[in-house]
Amino acid sequence: MKSVLAVLTVVAGIIGIWYLACVPMNIKGVLDAAERAGTEVVPATARERRDASALGLVANNSFAISSTWSVDRPRLPAPHQVAVELWQTTVEKKITSKRSLIYHAQVTLSATLFGFALGTGLGILLAVGIVHSRVMDMSVMPWAIVSQTIPIIALAPMIIVVLYSIGVQGLLPKAIIAAYLSFFPVVVGMVKGLRSPDHMQLDLMRTYGATGGQVFWKLRLPSSMPYLFASLKIGIAASLVGAIVGELPTGAVAGLGARLLAGSYYGQTVQIWSALFGAAILAGLLVALLGLIERLLLRRMGVRT
Amino acid sequence: MNMQMNPQVDSANDSTQVQPVIEARDLNLVFGAGDTSVQALKDINLNINKGEFVSFIGPSGCGKTTFLRCIAALETPTGGSLAVNGMTPEQARLNRAYGYVFQAAGLYPWRTIAKNIKLPLEIMGFSRAEQDRRVAEVLELVELSGFGGKFPWQLSGGMQQRASIARALAFDADLLLMDEPFGALDEIVRDHLNEQLLKLWARTDKTIGFVTHSIPEAVYLSTKIVVMSPRPGRIHEVIESPLPKERPLDIRDTPEFIEIAHRVREGLRAGHGDD
Repeated sequence: MKSVLAVLTVVAGIIGIWYLACVPMNIKGVLDAAERAGTEVVPATARERRDASALGLVANNSFAISSTWSVDRPRLPAPHQVAVELWQTTVEKKITSKRSLIYHAQVTLSATLFGFALGTGLGILLAVGIVHSRVMDMSVMPWAIVSQTIPIIALAPMIIVVLYSIGVQGLLPKAIIAAYLSFFPVVVGMVKGLRSPDHMQLDLMRTYGATGGQVFWKLRLPSSMPYLFASLKIGIAASLVGAIVGELPTGAVAGLGARLLAGSYYGQTVQIWSALFGAAILAGLLVALLGLIERLLLRRMGVRT
Repeated sequence: MNMQMNPQVDSANDSTQVQPVIEARDLNLVFGAGDTSVQALKDINLNINKGEFVSFIGPSGCGKTTFLRCIAALETPTGGSLAVNGMTPEQARLNRAYGYVFQAAGLYPWRTIAKNIKLPLEIMGFSRAEQDRRVAEVLELVELSGFGGKFPWQLSGGMQQRASIARALAFDADLLLMDEPFGALDEIVRDHLNEQLLKLWARTDKTIGFVTHSIPEAVYLSTKIVVMSPRPGRIHEVIESPLPKERPLDIRDTPEFIEIAHRVREGLRAGHGDD
């Protein structure tokens, strides 16, 4: 109960700051419109207002404050505008509609999940190799680290162009970009997890004359589960980012990334913000889902809850 | 100190003797090389016969754990010979010659007690039915029947250690190697477990190698006490205990017990005085 209150307090705080920020951000647009409508504003012309400070304008034209929260194309949309847009594009639109956010989210989600599966699989395989082979440890790990220093926004167009030239397009290029971002946390977490059994537990296995495979299945893999899930939660969020970034350079017609891009082309800030929130909500749901799976699995493994 | 001159080779002097379970001859173990090398074991000569309860006692760095690990083929000696049941330690391990109990119970938290005990059985390829039978048997042996379905965190530290002993007993090796198994437990629990261990030893007729740094524990449990001294790790003295096999806890107040404890303490002090 206490934590709910704490969360609500933070949310209320953020919304409050957001509403406050809308006032100076949108004041010039509101005053321009008011001037055109014949209302008297201080200073009187747009030219004078251009160089004036936003806070000063707010102080001189306090009548306009309420209008800053309902501008048609605001610089910063007010929370309720984003909420209304989210509502209209999810609940009130048919899922098949090109304007339905759920439709776009589902496009992005399929690339995210596909990429996440690829990245997780690759990450686990690499981690198993790294833990069991010194050569792989020395040779693969540095490259895995280097790979993450390249900005994905620079790499994504190249991946798409290269794959397009060999005839691959659609879901797969986006999924590969998503996988590129998500394999790394899985590698790091799994290497740590597979190495987490201490000397005593490994010695114990040796006293039984256990083979490498038995040590892996009976000791290393179960020990790594908590580490794996921590990585998966980071990995799935990274996958979503990768899928969205993958949608930008193609000028994609569908997906949350396409929605962001279209919004920025046409100055539809409300649409951009609602797509951003859509992505955030989606990421939240995915992480929560993984958390649930983790809880169920760890409970089956007898971890105290 | 001239004690070193007789690194008492076990005097099982009857010539009809059966093959010892453990036979160490001039065993040496050096860790590392060059300036940083450490002589962990020096000229260890020791026989352990079937059914004996042998304690290794000495200050830290005396090599008692290292010697036990050599027997278990977890360390490889750099000199001399070591035979377990007449085989090399490596072969003996593959023949499931010993069960090993560590200082920490080391139960897998994701397995129930019964499943933990099954771990070595699964690895060694026992059938399902045989696994169940043995688990029930060893659980009864360590007085944990009815706890098979519990997870380790649901058991006290002493019970966890008993479960780990059950795990070491599950595949019925004749030799039990115990490395300070009760070192992390409080005195009362330790007394209780010592008593139980003696009963178990009497029932199963196993050979036990037991590392400890507690003098009363060593004297109470052992038929033979190996006093070791550090830097380099070596055997200072081997004390055969005249105490009867049947040992109630209050045997610790008898003059015989106190006499042996005194000898062990003297031995430890003399061994320590060397460096």
